[in-house]
Amino acid sequence: MADAVKIVDGRNSFCPGPLMELIKGIRQEPVGTVFEVWSSDKGSANDIPEWVKRAGQELVSNVEDGDIFKIQVKKIK
Amino acid sequence: MKKVVILGGGVGGTIVANQVARQMNSDIKKGTLEVTVITDSEQHVYQPMFLYVAFDQVIPGEAKKLEREILDRHIKMVVGSADRVDQDKKTVMMTDGTAVPYDYLVIATGSRPAPEQVAGLPEGGHLFYTEEGALKLRQALHDFEGGRIVITVGVPHKCPVAPLEFTFMLKDWLQAKGLGQKTEIVYTYPIGRLHSLEPVARWAAPVFDDQKIESHIFFNPEQVDPAKKTITSLEGETLDYDLLVAIPPHTGQDVIGRSALGDAGKWIPTDRTSLRMKGSEDIFVLGDATDLPISKAGSTAHFEADVVAANIVNLLNGGLGSIRYDGKVFCFIETSLTKATYITFDYLNPPKPSEPTEMVHMFKMAYNRLYWLTPAGLL
Repeated sequence: MADAVKIVDGRNSFCPGPLMELIKGIRQEPVGTVFEVWSSDKGSANDIPEWVKRAGQELVSNVEDGDIFKIQVKKIK
Repeated sequence: MKKVVILGGGVGGTIVANQVARQMNSDIKKGTLEVTVITDSEQHVYQPMFLYVAFDQVIPGEAKKLEREILDRHIKMVVGSADRVDQDKKTVMMTDGTAVPYDYLVIATGSRPAPEQVAGLPEGGHLFYTEEGALKLRQALHDFEGGRIVITVGVPHKCPVAPLEFTFMLKDWLQAKGLGQKTEIVYTYPIGRLHSLEPVARWAAPVFDDQKIESHIFFNPEQVDPAKKTITSLEGETLDYDLLVAIPPHTGQDVIGRSALGDAGKWIPTDRTSLRMKGSEDIFVLGDATDLPISKAGSTAHFEADVVAANIVNLLNGGLGSIRYDGKVFCFIETSLTKATYITFDYLNPPKPSEPTEMVHMFKMAYNRLYWLTPAGLL
């Protein structure tokens, strides 16, 4: 069975914002979980990959879909 | 008889109860409506005061009043511990075995600091989010003679402006105590800027430079070594400290976990505008208990409570309960011991912090005394 993708809907979230929502998800979900962050904030398309790299997690994809950015991240540790 | 049950006697739950009871007063008197608040403490606590307790500016007694004195006298209050919510039976089961049935349930259980989620933090660090923690920190600051103070921030946490407020107030307090030259302040933050709100981060950056506050971004506390006095982030950075002050990660309440209503962090999936629990028509959720990507703060709970109360009154009167929450949040930001600013924002409009003034600080001080009108449903 394919892993279900966990949607992190950070659209129109100024505070705490999409990255903090992703960090919350990574902290509480098990290794192997794939998250798809939805963000209406262009900055997230840069900030999230940078944090993922620093935290040693895996960036799966980063695409612009209409007005939102969809960034997939896999928890690998 | 219709039964409205509010689980949680914090600011949000108390506002809902008082507003519904006031607006539906004649139904309660006729015996066709009952409003019940379930709370685990007889005391209502205004938690923002603990920030000031840490600096010995107020004492904990000033942060507390009896919940019964705040609630409208027509509201029933149950003091006890809720074991679980049974959605099928539309009942809150208490740990003493009693059952509290509902037609509409409002879950306003809040969150709790969980320092135990960071190894070594309970032993090695301080916090000011609880009365006990604030009192211990007050003593530690009183005894402090200079050194390196690290302020660290876990995810998720409530009151997102508190890390900055504490940092600025600490700077001012150290200067006043004559320890400014003997102390380094180090501020860490989980994401790539000084605050989650970009305009606030932009405003804070030059203030940090001016006040010589060291900052480390992309720092999520992972482990504290109380013997070596070091803190290490999950990103792999290690910092030395003499005094560690943490805004710890938070978790939802255990009753949410036992009721299987929440996600892995015990946050309840909630519709962002209707504030109904997803998949439910008769359960509303507000404040920290939700999984919404908005600030966990008393003001959020306050504005959400206005919407939930309006919808419950609407439903009880035969309406559809379709009044929407627009994501409104309002926060004061203390920028020293004598000045403050404020921000307000919603789902569509970002905040625009203005220059801090003494007047806003004085208003915040006044609000700390006026707070009790908020859970009363009057302010």
